[in-house]
Amino acid sequence: MSQYLVLCLILFSLGAFGVLYRRNILVMFMSIELMLNSVNLLMVYFSALHNDQSGQVFVFFIMAVAAAEITIGLAILVMIFRHLGSINIDSLKNLKW
Amino acid sequence: MIEFVWLIPALPLLGFLILSLFNKYIPKSASGYIASAMLLGSFVLVLTLLFPAISGELKTTRVELFNWLHAGNLNLSLSFQIDNLSVWFMSIITGVGFLIHMYSISYMHDDEGVTRYFSYLNLFIFSMLLLVMGSNFVVMFMGWEGVGLCSYLLIGFWFKNQNYNDAAKKAFIMNRIGDLGFLLGMLLIYNQFGTLEYKEVFDQALKIINPNEVSVVITVITLLLFVGAMGKSAQIPLYTWLPDAMAGPTPVSALIHAATMVTAGIYMIARSNVLYSMAPFTLDLIYVIGTGTAILAALIGLTQTDIKKVLAYSTVSQLGFMFMAIGLGGYSAGVFHVTTHAFFKALLFLGAGSVIHAMGGEQDIRKMGGLIKKLPITFITFIIATLAIAGIPPLAGFFSKDAILALAFEASPIKWGLGVFAALLTTFYMFRMLYLTFFGEFRGTQHQKEHLHESPFLMTVPLMILATLTVLSGFIDVPHVLGGHNWFSHYLTGANIALPEPSHISASTEYILMGTALTLVVLVIFITYFLYVSKKNLPAASESDMSFLDKLSYNKFYVDELYDFIVVKPLALLSDFNSNFIEKHFIDRIVNLSGKSIQWSGKTIRYIQSGDVNTYAIFMVIGIVVILFLNLVL
Amino acid sequence: MGNIIFYILSGITLCSALFVILSKNPVYSILSLVVTFCCITSHMLLLSADFLAVVNIIVYAGAIMVLFLFVIMMLNLNEAVTQGTKSFISKLAAFISGGLLLIALVFLLKGQQIGAVDVSKLDPNFGSAQELGKILFNQFILPFEITSVLFLSAMIGAVMLGKKNLKDN
Repeated sequence: MSQYLVLCLILFSLGAFGVLYRRNILVMFMSIELMLNSVNLLMVYFSALHNDQSGQVFVFFIMAVAAAEITIGLAILVMIFRHLGSINIDSLKNLKW
Repeated sequence: MIEFVWLIPALPLLGFLILSLFNKYIPKSASGYIASAMLLGSFVLVLTLLFPAISGELKTTRVELFNWLHAGNLNLSLSFQIDNLSVWFMSIITGVGFLIHMYSISYMHDDEGVTRYFSYLNLFIFSMLLLVMGSNFVVMFMGWEGVGLCSYLLIGFWFKNQNYNDAAKKAFIMNRIGDLGFLLGMLLIYNQFGTLEYKEVFDQALKIINPNEVSVVITVITLLLFVGAMGKSAQIPLYTWLPDAMAGPTPVSALIHAATMVTAGIYMIARSNVLYSMAPFTLDLIYVIGTGTAILAALIGLTQTDIKKVLAYSTVSQLGFMFMAIGLGGYSAGVFHVTTHAFFKALLFLGAGSVIHAMGGEQDIRKMGGLIKKLPITFITFIIATLAIAGIPPLAGFFSKDAILALAFEASPIKWGLGVFAALLTTFYMFRMLYLTFFGEFRGTQHQKEHLHESPFLMTVPLMILATLTVLSGFIDVPHVLGGHNWFSHYLTGANIALPEPSHISASTEYILMGTALTLVVLVIFITYFLYVSKKNLPAASESDMSFLDKLSYNKFYVDELYDFIVVKPLALLSDFNSNFIEKHFIDRIVNLSGKSIQWSGKTIRYIQSGDVNTYAIFMVIGIVVILFLNLVL
Repeated sequence: MGNIIFYILSGITLCSALFVILSKNPVYSILSLVVTFCCITSHMLLLSADFLAVVNIIVYAGAIMVLFLFVIMMLNLNEAVTQGTKSFISKLAAFISGGLLLIALVFLLKGQQIGAVDVSKLDPNFGSAQELGKILFNQFILPFEITSVLFLSAMIGAVMLGKKNLKDN
């Protein structure tokens, strides 16, 4: 198996683990960014492998979407903090049964 | 002319549709005339067929209206068979039916639902015509069921009375039991012969069945068809509905339960005589049941006090006579008795209706008497009919009954003796009724006495016409010994009904038989006169005054109570058991369980939504892992 | 030679990624995430994706992480570090889920024959801005335009969400 593939898979799993493990919403966002970046790297690797530039265009778009998502995410985070006073994800339990 | 044969049932059907769909818009006085006009049209059309039939020029024709169903081997079509037998029955139905319609216009003129009444009557005529005109068992069955339905509708015509509704239900249910037998017989016929058309079935039967051995299939078929006849024509054990059916208006009793519907069974057997001749066991059974019914009903009729009930039991008894004839192989004798019985029984019922009308609704003969002067026309026609049913020559009943008795003697003298016994009982109770109703002093209230009047024109004309027919119709089948040449039996051979075997008894024996029977009948007439007019015996005023035998007869030999005990109560128990135990504890529980289990699952699954985002994320990842692993596995 | 660089870079990447996840202080997490981004950029450079590498640094490390820091500074989240109690079972569940994910992915891709990249075989212009632009504005013009709409909506959304309620004033 190619080394890049292994690296990316490990980074992805680390990101997933981070989302599940941490309670701080900011750190969860950062773990999601980590996952996205690992995929970026994989895309670049594949485009170099197949000598096809469209892989890099994909990365472009992934970055654009990630940026937009972070914007909105952080805005919502600010609202939550203003409302609840904490950014612990356990404090968002209103949708309980 | 034969292409217009479809108009004959279509006109009453049209009458039914008009009267039922436009019930509100038709004035009450006009409905009777519309119905009668339709029927008059049918009768005229039938006459155009009757004259060629009588002169022997009518060939058996099959008129197909349309092909109804064609599925594999099954080929059903709505088609009519016009031959001597069906034309004869059609004439009776439309002719007597028309007279009764005319009578009803006057009898029912102040009833609330008179339009509905005439629509049902027309529907009945339509169904009965279908029954006799059909060329296959299916069309006959359609008519068979239709007349059962109309019987239900008309018996329960005054539906506000619960007793009448119960009587209607009883009639319908007992009819249905017979219908089941008929249906099974039909299915067996189809199974055996692959077709339900009369011609094809009978031709095949003649070819396939070996005449020397007894065919079990044919016996079973004929037995099943006879079960249908038992229900429709009120034989033992399915006869108890007919006396209760007197709850309907009197013209209905005249039409349905005297002249037409109850004769459907005999028509069916006459039509299938080919099959019945191959099943001697069934014929013996028919004889036994017919004779038993004739005697039993006559015994019950001896003590009845309601004028219509006497006539009802008389009908059952006379039907027993007809089946007696058939059981002895005399199909033409049976049909002959149907004809004469239609005339004099309808006359009796209409006369009774006239009496009831004059008495202002009273039906108890203990409260009547001395009506000769007030109701002359009714009395004359009534006595003509009573003489006919007793069998006094030259009225119609003599010839038809004598034909049956002659057949009985040929089989064995004992059978002749039983027939004569039943005839004597008939004479006794009919004349008892006549004397108690018309002779002697009036026994009703003063108010009723002032109300007595002869019936209007529309009611007396049918009486007179029927009386004329009663007098004349005997002469269509005069036996050889009296100088005639059995015209009717020869007429029926045109419809494939074999002549009865030539009689083996000598002419002198026949004269002796006729003479003996006649003498005994006249003797009974005088005895009853002595009992009920000279000695002024009256039937007991209440049940406690009756002797044991009288009570037994008055209570119809407790047959109804027996049926109630054997059939009705167990069914009611079973139904109670099912509804209270099985329904409540099993079926309801299962249904409730399915509802409750959904509720329970909802309650438990609810806890998945804990509100904790982390848990949701874990589930998402696990889900993805599962999908990835499934990819590996599959 | 290329191999050694790759392994060193991978090691730094993994270490900083771990630090992102396990650090208690969010600011430390952000800083280690910046380091991770730089390493990934270097990997991209190794794979001859020059333009993308630079864009990676500018967008991610330069804009997004700065955004994160702004939020922390604005809301004084540094002081309000509350960890909250984590039950043992949720930690275990997280470990297991993450581990399972890794195992599943590895197993899936185990048999695939994916060779190594030979950078020298590539076009010298591979990954340059011109080549990228050619494909972007020829084949992928529609997603490009739609992305602009996406950004517009994100901006509007962010402004709307960040506004304080007018009633409070």
